[in-house]
Amino acid sequence: MQIYNAPLRDMRFVMHELHGSAAHLDRIGKSGVTSELIDSILEEAGKFASEVLLPINASGDEEGCHYENGVVRTPRGFKQAYDQFRESGWSALAAPAEFGGQDLPDIVGKMVEEMQCSANLSFSLYPGLTQGATLALLGHGSDELKARFLPKMIEGVWSGTMNLTEAHCGTDLGLLRTKAVPQEDGSYRITGAKIFISSGEHDLTENIIHLVLARLPDAPKGVKGISMFLVPKFLPTGDNKPGPRNGVTCAGIEHKMGLKASATCQLVFEDAVGWLVGEPNRGLAAMFTMMNAERLSVGIQGLGVAETAYQSAVHYARERLQGRALSGPRRPDLAADPIIVHPDVRRTLMTIRAYVEGCRALSGWVAQALDLEKLGPDPETRRAAEDFVALMTPVVKALFTDLAFETSSMALQVYGGHGYIRDHGMEQLVRDARICMIYEGANGIQALDLVGRKLPAHMGRMLRGFFHPVQAFIEANAADPRIMPLARAFGALQQATAHIAQAGLKDPEEAGAAATDYLRLLGLVALGYMWARTTQVAEAKLPTANGDASFYQSKLTTAQFFNERLLPQAGALWTAIKAGKESMMALDSAAF
Amino acid sequence: MKLLVPVKRVVDYNVKVRVKSDQTGVELTGVKMSMNPFDEIAVEEAVRLKEKGIAAEIVAISIGPAACGETIRTALAMGADRGILVETEASPEPLAVAKMLRAIAEREQPGLVIMGKQAIDDDMNATGQMLAALLGWPQGTFASKVEIAGDTATVTREVDGGLETVALTLPAVVTADLRLNEPRYASLPNIMKARKKPIETIKPADLGVDPAPRLTVLKVTEPPKRQAGRKVGSVAELVDKLRNEAKVI
Ligand SMILES: Cc1cc2nc3c(=O)[nH]c(=O)nc-3n(C[C@H](O)[C@H](O)[C@H](O)COP(=O)(O)OP(=O)(O)OC[C@H]3O[C@@H](n4cnc5c(N)ncnc54)[C@H](O)[C@@H]3O)c2cc1C
Repeated sequence: MQIYNAPLRDMRFVMHELHGSAAHLDRIGKSGVTSELIDSILEEAGKFASEVLLPINASGDEEGCHYENGVVRTPRGFKQAYDQFRESGWSALAAPAEFGGQDLPDIVGKMVEEMQCSANLSFSLYPGLTQGATLALLGHGSDELKARFLPKMIEGVWSGTMNLTEAHCGTDLGLLRTKAVPQEDGSYRITGAKIFISSGEHDLTENIIHLVLARLPDAPKGVKGISMFLVPKFLPTGDNKPGPRNGVTCAGIEHKMGLKASATCQLVFEDAVGWLVGEPNRGLAAMFTMMNAERLSVGIQGLGVAETAYQSAVHYARERLQGRALSGPRRPDLAADPIIVHPDVRRTLMTIRAYVEGCRALSGWVAQALDLEKLGPDPETRRAAEDFVALMTPVVKALFTDLAFETSSMALQVYGGHGYIRDHGMEQLVRDARICMIYEGANGIQALDLVGRKLPAHMGRMLRGFFHPVQAFIEANAADPRIMPLARAFGALQQATAHIAQAGLKDPEEAGAAATDYLRLLGLVALGYMWARTTQVAEAKLPTANGDASFYQSKLTTAQFFNERLLPQAGALWTAIKAGKESMMALDSAAF
Repeated sequence: MKLLVPVKRVVDYNVKVRVKSDQTGVELTGVKMSMNPFDEIAVEEAVRLKEKGIAAEIVAISIGPAACGETIRTALAMGADRGILVETEASPEPLAVAKMLRAIAEREQPGLVIMGKQAIDDDMNATGQMLAALLGWPQGTFASKVEIAGDTATVTREVDGGLETVALTLPAVVTADLRLNEPRYASLPNIMKARKKPIETIKPADLGVDPAPRLTVLKVTEPPKRQAGRKVGSVAELVDKLRNEAKVI
């Protein structure tokens, strides 16, 4: 059974206690957003997730989307849930007030997002893409486009999409073929075929606003010749009602491994009317605003699914009776002990828990930087935050989603055969989690982004915002033996960084060969740092915790587990990185 | 017309309640607390009456520790206009609560008090009835439908074996049953607005009421574990077991 109750206590811990929301909100000029307000928002969002979104998760997977004659119908209950979602104002949460948003900080927005992904990953994509498209328009759209489209998108009456992928062009966008021809009235006519477009067509909103990458007639080849266009499904009338149908049709939807209630569409553009967003031939940069936001969101998707997998596995491990505890029966009154007594089941649960809570802590840190990037008190703070977000975006995307697939599979294992059959919904979580490793740039590409772009940028400047606090923390706590695993892992990371900088400079394939292991290594150190800080906070709170003592005690134990059992992987990763590309690249293609 | 809606902070209905090891009560530390679900229904009904233009103002009242302010905020986010928190560390029993509510009703002069039929923590099902008696107002308990026209409330009550409809002359007390409505989810803008709505904090003494309990709790225990069932082979065996083992027939 899929179980999900928003982990409110842990969210409050991460936001208020670990990352000091009060000081943060002060710093970004949002002291009006009190912790009480945040807590009531989280509570209501959690209720909505568990009571409205979760109940249609398994049924949506079972039923999938329907396609007929260019029309896509979402599964039963989705339209109703979406209407409720929109009416409750959730789509406007982090959007700017100027266009009808609530202007709440990202530290709140990201947690609410996590809840929606936990309860129903497919559902979360519809508002998720709208939010990304909103950001791209905010960053690059003309005032006229913003005024015309943003309010309805922020209200959730219209939804958004991102159209990059074509059949022959996924990762390598330079191959893109869709064309845009300028018109006398300043608009463009778009022609081409896109595939894999999430929310490309559906019945949840009265209009769909496509952001489309295409080439102008005189565009240079490759990625430097791509522009971004806004192409609505219905052309808005003067009073901003959906008017005549534009030349974009849905030619079919994909049948997928998971994420079945999210419509993945083939879209055909035939002389569709569109407007340029941003500068000509600068479309990729504009789209990257959206993609960077989406990459963080996809990381949060992974975290969300992993949380539900964890809760569901814990529930089952407490109820399922098999075998006896190795130390003697724990429940002699029952036919067997609940499987949670067995060390291997505990290893599984503790592993998931340590990763999930660690990732949540890390996402809280990154969300703070998202706020600071926009609202930091001075240019220096804003730039440092921007660096940190840029560095962490591929890490959050790839680490969280790799872990989501690993941990949801572990959670399935806790169910044994009952996880593999459909009834309990565990296999759905594994199937759903799997896409997060692929879209928004496959995880291998994230690793290349980290190693190839983020590390060398500005002579390694981006690393500072991460390396400096970790180093300072380790030095400040050098006397505490518990810091050793982190100190060791950080040492490995520093060596690996230097190694890649040197070897990669001589031979880019060396950097490519190290990339994925390096991303995981950096990710583990980041989680290790979060757990070390968590330990400090929990220890400080414990003496006066009263009723919350068991919460803090669990934090300390989970931190210990992470330190002893998971963080040491850092050493193996460094060993692998050091080995270099030789054995990886030696075989001739024909020998495979 | 003004509506009063008392709301109680109770252990969330999703929480598996555990008895404290010293048997003095149930474990409340670190446990998720929420508005009593029947009170949520009462708030929803009040908000609907306001949306229909029948009510002009909704006042949410909670009695208990400072944290009850959050329960009032929930009601404000659903659509109540202001709150009154009667702050006390005692856990007042229905009679004391009813007395405090009476004092507030006398001050506020509402047309209707609408409240949950019972709280899911102690399941007393008494406060509404006591309040009506203390005020000398008519009562419509276990309401599954409320209609107001002029100074009459027509209340459909869920009673054993069917529905009973009563007409009450206002002011009156109505207690909400499960099927009265389905409470809404608070919208994000309303959650934010709720933070700006006023909550007045007073003490039981301000209302002239001593909140001290008059009942003594001897001990609180878990309900006995259910025994596993047994399948019987025939009716004759069943009758035999009922007669000779269970000794119930
Ligand atoms: C359910 C779903 C929803 C999607 N939603 C959208 C959407 O809304 N909008 C949109 O535009 N697209 C969307 N996509 C497309 C998605 O972003 C692409 O599938 C993804 O970017 C990978 O492209 P590809 O499938 O063509 O794989 P390819 O680019 O062919 O890559 C195949 C493999 O090769 C690796 N690879 C490729 N190039 C390199 C390289 N240079 N170095 C190292 N490794 C490399 C990749 O990591 C990958 O493992 C969606 C896809 C799916 C399945």
